[in-house]
Amino acid sequence: MATSQIDPALLEAPPAAESGLQRGLRWIRENSLAIYSGLALIYMFLPVAIVVLFSFNSPAGRQNTQWNEFSLDAWRNICKDPTICQSVGVSVTIALVATLVGTILGTMIAFALVRHRFRGRSSTNLLIFLPMATPEVVLGSALLALFLNMYWGDWQMPLGPWTILIAHIMFVISFVVVTVKARLSGLDPRLEQAAMDLYADERATFRYVTLPLVAPGILGAALLAFSLSFDDFIITNFNSGSTVTFPMYIWGAAQRGIPPQVNVIASIMFFGALGIVIIGQILSARRKRTRT
Amino acid sequence: MQVPASASAVDTYLADTQMVDTPGPVSPGTGLPTKRSTPYWLLLPGMAWLAIFFVIPLVSLFSTSLQSPVSDNPDDGFYFNWDFANYSEALSRYGEQFLRSFVYAGIATFLALAIAYPLAYFIAFKGGRWKALLLVLIVAPFFASFLIRTYAWKTILADQGFVVEILNALSLLPQDRILNTPLAVITGITYNFLPFMILPLYAALDKIDPRLAEAGADLYATPFTTFRKVIWPLSLPGVVAGTLLTFIPAAGDYINAKLLGSTNDRMIGSVIDSQFIIVRDYPIASALSFLLMAAILALVFIYVRRAGTEDLL
Repeated sequence: MATSQIDPALLEAPPAAESGLQRGLRWIRENSLAIYSGLALIYMFLPVAIVVLFSFNSPAGRQNTQWNEFSLDAWRNICKDPTICQSVGVSVTIALVATLVGTILGTMIAFALVRHRFRGRSSTNLLIFLPMATPEVVLGSALLALFLNMYWGDWQMPLGPWTILIAHIMFVISFVVVTVKARLSGLDPRLEQAAMDLYADERATFRYVTLPLVAPGILGAALLAFSLSFDDFIITNFNSGSTVTFPMYIWGAAQRGIPPQVNVIASIMFFGALGIVIIGQILSARRKRTRT
Repeated sequence: MQVPASASAVDTYLADTQMVDTPGPVSPGTGLPTKRSTPYWLLLPGMAWLAIFFVIPLVSLFSTSLQSPVSDNPDDGFYFNWDFANYSEALSRYGEQFLRSFVYAGIATFLALAIAYPLAYFIAFKGGRWKALLLVLIVAPFFASFLIRTYAWKTILADQGFVVEILNALSLLPQDRILNTPLAVITGITYNFLPFMILPLYAALDKIDPRLAEAGADLYATPFTTFRKVIWPLSLPGVVAGTLLTFIPAAGDYINAKLLGSTNDRMIGSVIDSQFIIVRDYPIASALSFLLMAAILALVFIYVRRAGTEDLL
């Protein structure tokens, strides 16, 4: 009696076909992580898209924050206002020198830390870590305090390209050390031992084994150093005197309106860096493939 | 991280870890026979640079923070007299901006963690052969100038923009606008320091063996329990490093507040900047600067203690 109450058709019935809505909800549930990640990527790219888009804008007023009409003017006349291109020149020069010096000094420290045991290791580590744990306002203002206290009679340390350069090399070193260290500690030291076993002397081992293996790390560190230096505003603002770097130019222009040429230069920087990194990835992937 | 197209993500992962994890019995210092003085020569130029242009400036900053003006005219200069009153004056005058900086930076750090963790998790565990490309995409936006990107938020969050219109249509905005409110400042800060959060998180998550999660599932743990008891604790070093690397620059930042906020959103960095460069009251400015660093270092040490991972480097 009790069993007859169960409808046999119910047991045999195939699972009800999902409606479009249900299928959609299920798809969202199963891919929620990917969807969330996609949204996060959009959040990260939205401002860059705006920067590139507005490089093609011909702003109605002085402020380039509202879309007016499409124009290639800014791309054709990047140096319409010569101060923009001068400031880019200043920034590139400072960034190149700071990258060169900072990468050499930082790489040397990284080698010492990974390849050698010595007294004072942990205090060295601390001194590398502290500049990264100090806000830029403090770094910039502390350096300014030092430069202000550097006088001799009537002579006063002049603020300008040299003080900017000193500051940039200082804050770039720690980042270089950390980047090169990561690459170096992932290296198999037995490769170097093998070279020595094959009668390579210390210099030859370094030149033909160690350096080529660490080179990608050093190159990455140099790229990072360049972009940190090129983009720095806060520390530079304290120590620039009357020198105008590219970020200083933007800051000054922000009040009266940033011309679309600035967007052009930012776009070139963005696509240039993207291109360099992607070419690097392709090259190293190809090298890996030919090796195996 | 680049692999032949045929290799699966797991194989790549295993190959990678084996390459890194089997350097044999060799420890630092045994790779090459060298003279004892070699490390010191390697360290000398870089460390000298940091000593002269990082340590001495901090000492100089501290000494300036204890000076008093010679006269009422700041151009006459200052003299050193252990004037600790500068500190109490700095705090009473700008305590509000101090507090605001830490609150904004704290909220932004939390939001950045919420945005970055799932993204880093996705790249580390589901990225497969797209891992390298995805990482490039994460870092790429930050090659376009910091100031310009922040300025672009002005367009995105503009009063007539689509973001404000959508949120207003849902009546989610208490003030009917975003620009020139704390919300805009926090959005900007969260955005600007995201890579500092994502990269350490990714580094920590990528080291985790995916088989650990499978083992959790085999032992009848729900995905959530597996995450809470296995993945999250193993990723903690990345969480600690990421939150610190985000919070520290965020607390000192004033670009976002100045470009996106109103004058009521001024942060402490902005005060230090104008006291140094415009007002030129060096002792007060130095005291503020020193207080900021001390407060951040204190917070960092408490936080690292509580998180229990002292070997950040």
